[in-house]
Amino acid sequence: MKPARFDYARPATLAEALALLAKPDTAVLAGGQSLMPMMNLRVARPARLVDINRLPLGEIALGNGVLRIGALARHAAVLASPLVAQAAPLLPQALAQVAHAAIRNRGTLGGSLSLADPAAELPACMLALDATLVAASAARGERRIAASAFFHGLYSTALEPDELLLRAELPAAAPGWRYAFLELARRHGDFAMAGLALALGPGAARLALCGVEAGQRRQPAAEAALAAGDLPAAIAALGTAEAMDSPDLPAAQRVHLAQVLLRRAFQQIGAAHAAA
Amino acid sequence: MLPPDEPTAEIACTVNGEAIHTQVPLRRSLVDWLRHDVGLTGSHVGCEHGVCGACHVRVDGQVVRGCLMLAVQADGATVETIEGARDPLTLALQDAFFHHAALQCGFCTPGMILQAAELLAQHPAPTRAEVREALSGNYCRCTGYQPIVDAVMAVSAILPAK
Amino acid sequence: MTHIGQPLPRAATARLVAGRGSYLDDVSARGELHAAFLRSPYPHAGFRITGTAAASALPGVVAVLTEAELAAVCQPWQTKTGSASGMVSPTQRALAKDAACYQGEPIAMVLALSRAVAEDAAELIEVEWQELPAITNLALALHVDAPPAHQGLTSNLAWSTEMKGGDIEAAFAAATLVVEDRLVFTRSTGVTLEPRGVLAQYNPASQALEVRISHQMPHQLQRHLADLLGVSLARVRVICPDVGGGFGLKMHVYPDEIAACAAARLLGRPVRFVADRAEALLSDIHAREHIVEARMAVDAEGRILGFDVQDVQGLGAYSIFPRSSTTEGVSALRSLGAPYRFSAYRGRLRSVLQNKVPTGQYRSVGHPVGIAVAERLVDLAAAARGEDPLEFRRRNLVAQAEMPWVNPLGARMAELSHQQCLAKLEALLDLPTLRNEVATMRAAGRCIGLGFASIVEFTATGPEGYGRAGVLVAAVDTVVLSLEPSGEVTARASISEIGQGTTQGLAQVVADAFGVAPDQVLMGSGDTATTPHGGGAWASRGAAIGGEAAWGAGRKLRAEVLAAAAALLQCAAEALDIQDGHITDANGPRMSLAELAETVTFRGYELPTGVQPQLTVAHHYRREQDTALTTNGFQASLVEVDPDTGIITPLRHWAVGDCGRLLNPLLVEGQVRGGVVQGIGEALFEACRYDESGQFLSGTLADYLLPMAGEMPDITVAHVETPYSGSVLGAKGAGEAGTAGAPAAILNAVNDALAQHGASVSELPITPGAILRALGRLA
Ligand SMILES: Cc1cc2nc3c(=O)[nH]c(=O)nc-3n(C[C@H](O)[C@H](O)[C@H](O)COP(=O)(O)OP(=O)(O)OC[C@H]3O[C@@H](n4cnc5c(N)ncnc54)[C@H](O)[C@@H]3O)c2cc1C
Ligand code: FES
Ligand code: FES
Repeated sequence: MKPARFDYARPATLAEALALLAKPDTAVLAGGQSLMPMMNLRVARPARLVDINRLPLGEIALGNGVLRIGALARHAAVLASPLVAQAAPLLPQALAQVAHAAIRNRGTLGGSLSLADPAAELPACMLALDATLVAASAARGERRIAASAFFHGLYSTALEPDELLLRAELPAAAPGWRYAFLELARRHGDFAMAGLALALGPGAARLALCGVEAGQRRQPAAEAALAAGDLPAAIAALGTAEAMDSPDLPAAQRVHLAQVLLRRAFQQIGAAHAAA
Repeated sequence: MLPPDEPTAEIACTVNGEAIHTQVPLRRSLVDWLRHDVGLTGSHVGCEHGVCGACHVRVDGQVVRGCLMLAVQADGATVETIEGARDPLTLALQDAFFHHAALQCGFCTPGMILQAAELLAQHPAPTRAEVREALSGNYCRCTGYQPIVDAVMAVSAILPAK
Repeated sequence: MTHIGQPLPRAATARLVAGRGSYLDDVSARGELHAAFLRSPYPHAGFRITGTAAASALPGVVAVLTEAELAAVCQPWQTKTGSASGMVSPTQRALAKDAACYQGEPIAMVLALSRAVAEDAAELIEVEWQELPAITNLALALHVDAPPAHQGLTSNLAWSTEMKGGDIEAAFAAATLVVEDRLVFTRSTGVTLEPRGVLAQYNPASQALEVRISHQMPHQLQRHLADLLGVSLARVRVICPDVGGGFGLKMHVYPDEIAACAAARLLGRPVRFVADRAEALLSDIHAREHIVEARMAVDAEGRILGFDVQDVQGLGAYSIFPRSSTTEGVSALRSLGAPYRFSAYRGRLRSVLQNKVPTGQYRSVGHPVGIAVAERLVDLAAAARGEDPLEFRRRNLVAQAEMPWVNPLGARMAELSHQQCLAKLEALLDLPTLRNEVATMRAAGRCIGLGFASIVEFTATGPEGYGRAGVLVAAVDTVVLSLEPSGEVTARASISEIGQGTTQGLAQVVADAFGVAPDQVLMGSGDTATTPHGGGAWASRGAAIGGEAAWGAGRKLRAEVLAAAAALLQCAAEALDIQDGHITDANGPRMSLAELAETVTFRGYELPTGVQPQLTVAHHYRREQDTALTTNGFQASLVEVDPDTGIITPLRHWAVGDCGRLLNPLLVEGQVRGGVVQGIGEALFEACRYDESGQFLSGTLADYLLPMAGEMPDITVAHVETPYSGSVLGAKGAGEAGTAGAPAAILNAVNDALAQHGASVSELPITPGAILRALGRLA
């Protein structure tokens, strides 16, 4: 189980990195916690790796009501960050359930979002937190993509092959909002059988699932029902999710689990919310 | 011996306190390089896809999967393996693993100990459940985990509270 | 005896915690070549290798070999055993010829300067495949329309047998209650953390083959290598270094390992093959694929009258060499109901070929299947009678006064302590309190279940087992001891160490038998050049058989040393003793063992004429009675089921066992706990799954779910010690009982929880989906 051959470059500047990414068949190497297993199994065989670990993209900063998390911020760093705990309390809830300590020491926010694994926790969080993702390419410069427009489907995003994700920008948690991230996995740290990121505000809700649909997205019908305080309608709305189907995890089971999670999440924060 | 046209790169790093300056094949993982080229066979290879934790090594003080990092990425880094880890926590854990029979075949042990040492460095007084969670990414087929948890708790018990 | 029974850690683990082990892949040979295999991507296909030029031309590639090349140095083989006479047993080869019969079967190999390049080249081998219809689904394999697993077969039935005794018709006619169930067991596999691997070197000048291999049985393999490769047995040296887990997985003859040895022979260069995890999951033996339909007859007093069982067992594409995969089916039927008194039994076994990797002996061979079936039926009967499941068991367990007990199958059981184990379990559980706790939790809406399993494990197989069947598996074991000039004792045992700790137990036995501290006994094992022929590690026999050899050798050495000391000290040997490394008499120490050994070794002239002390002695041990030693025990499991999600959480687990004399309780408890977790894995997580077309779906550890620390409960262990009366030490086997009983205990616990909702499950592993379906939450 050794990777096929590849070329390797470790740019020191963003400009250099973007220039390298303009070449065909090139993959960004961030934490490597998803890419390296795929390369070792020869499921992925990029001709070139651009190792971005020397780029200054790991910063976590809070300013003007916006939390900025660099693409290279490690899961462990985000999980431990007091700024994140304060401005995006959903993220530590989710990250505690992402993989295991040693993987969190390397894995990055940018890697997880760029990979867009349907069962990954962080894309759902970005959706529920209404994040804006900032990417750059040598040819077209920087652009800003709303999370809701970023995730396109199974392992597919709005990123062009020559683009590098630079950071996520999240509106800091506003007063009156509450957040819950819940998931069901067979074992600690496994990708979720079903997971749910929920943000509930005064008369508003944002909800995204992971492990259920092939492409992660907001669930507008359920959100509308939640905003109106109608949990049964919200649960029913999830019934129309176009869930993935696999022999060990049929679509109906994923949907059922998502509905269970929504009830639990609402009990956890919705009741408190109604009381507040 | 390397195949004649295998692409390589130069790296300089510190491994268990020793400066190393050498060529490494681009596609060699850090753990393969440590084991086969440096001769440090204490970190093991159990899956090569990030699931088992047998390959744990410390890079710049953090425990990582040695099978998911390339050797070339260790350029400039400080690498420690079980053979070189001489911090008091690791030593205490090695002793406790021995006395609690927290290993049978021992193949998981180096990775397990490095992970446990990182846990105790960050949380000197974990509960059993927290120990289990912290070690949830390290597979052991032999022990059933309980003596491993016992060993970690025993070391925790002699640590000054943080 | 001061050291036998002490909870000492295994001395050698001091190396392992320091990362100073020496596993297979830790050592390399100069000039070694790395092997990679091209394996069939199809479960069943004819093939023709049309081109190897591109692969050979890749820089760093030294050879590309197919069956045609290996045939020159390597014979094909076939599994034959008197215990499954008439079995349809297709020929096996190191590399397949013309057709591949399971996904992962090796068809060509590349030898290159690095594994990466060998893998590159394997991709370049050109093959014309003709996909053939494949049969993987066990439930369909015996259907008349099922495609044959091998071309030319008219049926996939490899072997069938009926094991019976007593009047089964009468038993069921007399029954007032008949309970029945159909249980489905999904394949699982051993997943030793260290994968299989081999480093083979052939010296054409001396015609000698040296094979380092991660294996449980160096001598068994030595014999087969000699036969298959045409090298004289004594010129084959097999070395098993530190082994990173065995569990039965590493006791078979694997085509890829033989191919690596054959390639070394062919090329005259060292060849290394280390299975990566993907190929390990594809090519290691799997185990325990059964569909069992079973009925149990019970009379009005709640006594078991008989069992009527049909077991269909998946063999895979071949019956595993040399022991035969059918052993598992036989063992499942033999262990079914073994703790209980009953008068009639009929068990029909059908062992079926499929286009899947062979199944084979894996920790606790067959027992987990047989025990789960019987214990499920017992719970059903207790429930039908409205009775406490332990009361039903208590009534039916064979009593001590009835032993030796020969059940209708002819299985002889002696010196079992069912009643004491049950009593100990009840005390351990504090059953009334626990039942109250369960009731409280249930009242609070939690779905809690408590399940039990009663276990008999057949261990430490003696010569009758394989010998009579004509299978070359050593049942005699030997320990050789030498008193070194330093006064230390070196021991070489034909028993091997795979982490289970046997060598530590043997060191303690030698220490007591001879008269030194265990740390003065340095154990060596796992090398055919330095240890006499013997069985290695299988069937939990190290303590029971190896222990006796160690005791005998220790006593022999003691007699030699005392005689020499008596000659030197000019007294009677009877007046002397060996204590803590010294020759002593009534007045205390007279000389150290080092002084004695130095004198004998370096200054022999000080000895009286005619005195020739033998400071190296050997002792062979073969048990002369009892084909297997039976052990017994009880397990209990407390689980919580989340009815909304189907997730099962094992909360606590208890195991009480009687494995005879405990040589080392610390290590025995390790065996029990590790075994229980392996059994819980089997019950809740582990599954080798295939899609409709026969493609393997569990090819990575992200898909094959292993039990990890986060989900496993703490396990309370206790012992009852009934020494085996037929040996000096009285040890029986301890390595497998944990695995034997845990699946049954979990299954019963889960069904106990589900019973509150009127639901049940009968397929292992029990998945969340199955729970939701059973509860009607999911279609
Ligand atoms: C055993 C195991 C369990 C895991 N469990 C979970 C889990 O439960 N939940 C979960 O979410 N994840 C899990 N992961 C994956 C882990 O979180 C990864 O770290 C993450 O998905 C990818 O991050 P990375 O930095 O490692 O990315 P890499 O592996 O380096 O890259 C992943 C992909 O993204 C691309 N990429 C990376 N960074 C950028 C960038 N800045 N711009 C453009 N493209 C980029 C790469 O080219 C590649 O295609 C697990 C991994 C393992 C090995
Ligand atoms: S070998 Fe790296 S995690 Fe298994
Ligand atoms: S001790 Fe063998 S895998 Fe842990």
